[in-house]
Amino acid sequence: MKNKIILSLLLLFFIFCFVILYKGLNNSNIYVPEVKIEKTLTKFNSIDLYSENKISSDQIFVDSEYYVLNIWASWCVPCREEHPKLMKLSKNKSIKLIGLNYRDNPKNAKRFISEFGDPYFMIIKDRNGTISVDLGAIGVPETFIINKDKKIIKRFLGSLNEKLLNEINLITK
Amino acid sequence: MKLSTFFLIILVTFSLAKLSAAEKNEELKNKISKNIRCLICQGQSVYDSQSDFSESVKLIIENKLNEGLSENEIYDFLINKYGEWISYDPKFNKKTFILWILPILLFVIGGAIIVRKLIIQKL
Amino acid sequence: MLANQIGHYSLFLGFFFSIIIIPISIKNYNNKNQIIDNKIFSISFFQFFFVLVSFFGLILSFVNSDFSNETVFNNSHTTKPLFYKISGTWGNHEGSLLLWLLVLTLFIFVFLIKSNKQPKKYRILTLLFQQVIIIGFFLFLLKTSNPFNYLFPIPKEGLGLNPILQDPALAIHPPILYLGYVGSSIIFSSSLAAVVEKHISKIWAKHIKVWILVSWVFLTLGIMLGSIWAYYELGWGGFWFWDPVENVSLMPWFCLTALLHCILVLEKRLLLISWTVILSIATFMLSMSGTFLVRSGILNSVHTFANDPERGIFILIFLFTLIFFSLFIFFVFHKHNSQEIAKTFWLSKETSILFNNWFLMYFLSVVLIGTVYPIFLEVLSGEKISVGSPFYHKLIIPFLIPFLIFMSIGPNLNWIKSEIKKIKIQIILSFIIALIISFLILSKIGLVGLINTILITVAFYLFFMTIKDFFSKKFNNYSQNFSHFGFSLLILSILFNSILSSEKIVNLKVGEEFSFREETITFESIENIKNKNYKSIIGNFKIKDKKNNSIQLKPELRVYNQPLTITSEADIKTTLYYDKFLVMNVVKDYEYFNVRYQVKPFMIWVWISTILLVVGGCLSLFRRSYEK
Repeated sequence: MKNKIILSLLLLFFIFCFVILYKGLNNSNIYVPEVKIEKTLTKFNSIDLYSENKISSDQIFVDSEYYVLNIWASWCVPCREEHPKLMKLSKNKSIKLIGLNYRDNPKNAKRFISEFGDPYFMIIKDRNGTISVDLGAIGVPETFIINKDKKIIKRFLGSLNEKLLNEINLITK
Repeated sequence: MKLSTFFLIILVTFSLAKLSAAEKNEELKNKISKNIRCLICQGQSVYDSQSDFSESVKLIIENKLNEGLSENEIYDFLINKYGEWISYDPKFNKKTFILWILPILLFVIGGAIIVRKLIIQKL
Repeated sequence: MLANQIGHYSLFLGFFFSIIIIPISIKNYNNKNQIIDNKIFSISFFQFFFVLVSFFGLILSFVNSDFSNETVFNNSHTTKPLFYKISGTWGNHEGSLLLWLLVLTLFIFVFLIKSNKQPKKYRILTLLFQQVIIIGFFLFLLKTSNPFNYLFPIPKEGLGLNPILQDPALAIHPPILYLGYVGSSIIFSSSLAAVVEKHISKIWAKHIKVWILVSWVFLTLGIMLGSIWAYYELGWGGFWFWDPVENVSLMPWFCLTALLHCILVLEKRLLLISWTVILSIATFMLSMSGTFLVRSGILNSVHTFANDPERGIFILIFLFTLIFFSLFIFFVFHKHNSQEIAKTFWLSKETSILFNNWFLMYFLSVVLIGTVYPIFLEVLSGEKISVGSPFYHKLIIPFLIPFLIFMSIGPNLNWIKSEIKKIKIQIILSFIIALIISFLILSKIGLVGLINTILITVAFYLFFMTIKDFFSKKFNNYSQNFSHFGFSLLILSILFNSILSSEKIVNLKVGEEFSFREETITFESIENIKNKNYKSIIGNFKIKDKKNNSIQLKPELRVYNQPLTITSEADIKTTLYYDKFLVMNVVKDYEYFNVRYQVKPFMIWVWISTILLVVGGCLSLFRRSYEK
């Protein structure tokens, strides 16, 4: 009798494990950010790419309903792919499009912009990547939608496509 | 017996003294970065990886150490930014208490079974 | 091309033989003959033979860079050196599975030949159970991971092999490791067969012990080779990262070590039968789970093969079928031996082995839970957490202390019962010596924290006890002695290495220097050399100590063209006292080099002690009777 109880418990246990592992197979392995809680932007200081002026986040995130922060670099190939979408996005009147130039050489960055166009309201430098970490970003390209209360309401990993572009425009109406 | 107890006490006293010694910031930085996952790599710590993300995080760790933050505060800072997946040391909380307790529980149960068996057969 | 075809058809032939051996064996099982039909030997041999031909077919395809074969295309390149073209055969998912099959079929054939003193029905049943595993692997291979898929049109060049895998240690690491894993399949099959046939006896124990030892030796060596590769090749100076794939090789090792100790008890006193059977099942199940975890893409690791959920599902179903199958057999056929309750006193060798198993199972549970818990948590709650070294260290290290103590005292106890008075003096004396030595050493190297201190003392205790045992027992049990001594040395070298290691990381330009502890390290120059399939950038560093002795270290950066990767090769100077480890990485723009310099005392002793551990196991294989 005792044997039968142990056996049934073991069977149940292994069936449970099987189900979990089976479901686990479908889960992805790569990092996906949790955007369950809306985080507030922490204050950071930066330098404007062109004017070389120091500027703080308090001065950047003013006077707009929404802000879209786009992290990019001249050496990043997917950034080149998403650039036309950013040019389109810059026409959205309710957002301020801010570019964060990530671990890049300013000369190369400026060359990139003059070659492909400047969709940004402002470009700030993140030469050592620490501002990105402050934002909770992991690399390039990455895009944040921030509302007027300086809360991060949406985050996109990877380059933007038509679908995501539409989504951004919808959210920021 | 007295002699070995004496030695034991000395040993313990000396070893406890170490715990108050200060550690250099660089060693601490290396120690912390070994416990932080590189989020864009496949199973590497920020210490092992040379990726952009890892270099940025290592710099942040160094800056925070210079600001005077403690090791735990730095882990908390990074976990706050990136979620618990970034830390290789799972915190002891509602989600992970099973992780920590289960092996110990199994150990205790195993011990109880063995002791019971040995006692039973002695009777 | 031809090699590819031959390899492919051979595989089918092997599969054919694996199936027809079943009805023939069943017939033999049921008839009144006392011996196994010759036909069975032949078919088993052909099964192995054709898998071997298939394997050679794959090797030849790699050597010839036959890119009409998809596996070769994915994993090789014409410019790869010959040695690595060959080892590339098993350095990928499909090829490594073919290697599994090769060893599976080889071992069952050898088992059949070498087991002629055992009862016929037991041998046939072992064969049948093993065939279940073999057929499962054949199906897995043919359905989801065929090494002989054809590509048309034939590509001119392959996608190349990851350059980090082009290393001698890593080339032989899989075959050796698989010999260990697959050896445990025989133990699995034969234990189940022994349960059904009620053949668990001292004779059986003696016969199966050889297989357990062989498996254990190869598994230990395989794990060691993997660590050696990680140390020399991966560039961070560590040799164990608690990466899921590493854990997956360690788990069956815990089981197999516990099983090894159980079989000793079984051989002597016919106790711990249930333990033995359960451990036999568990070892192989863990090997299979390891295969699942590593190849299905369910875990994030630097070692994993290409992700493919279809393969994952197959292995998962296969694995759980085997689990349910063995559960069924165990509960239906295993009768609790009433002799099991034979008298065993508290202070006896049997008890110490029981305690040993208790601890090994605890260590196993820590590693198992740490590895799979994140999967369970994510499925049940969507949360992702990481479990790494801090977890394993916190849970394992404190328990090593009583473990080492039991390991020291255990071999000194007698079977059944020991007299307390006789052993007291020796045991306490050794403990005092250990305390004194530890005290002296700690006063020299400084203080290291409470747990480390106690651990050092206890490891020294084991060290001295094994030395004392060596002299007092007069060569009677040297194999176990050797292994336990090796283990104490392993713990000591890992401890001292981790406590005393130091490092410095700097960014340097050519011509610059930095100082560390009492040494000056100068970045003298850079050399660029073109090799067969990579371009090499070698840094010349001079390390000068206080007394003006200097050594040269030349870490290298390799720029491979197919696929485009940069790897970093450390240069290591090894002596008996320390390893000096220098690795450099390029910082963007190639102006600065990130240089990592480490001094690692007693590093080589970690490898030496593991080899001693293995030698002990080998010595046991060459002895006739185990101990008095």
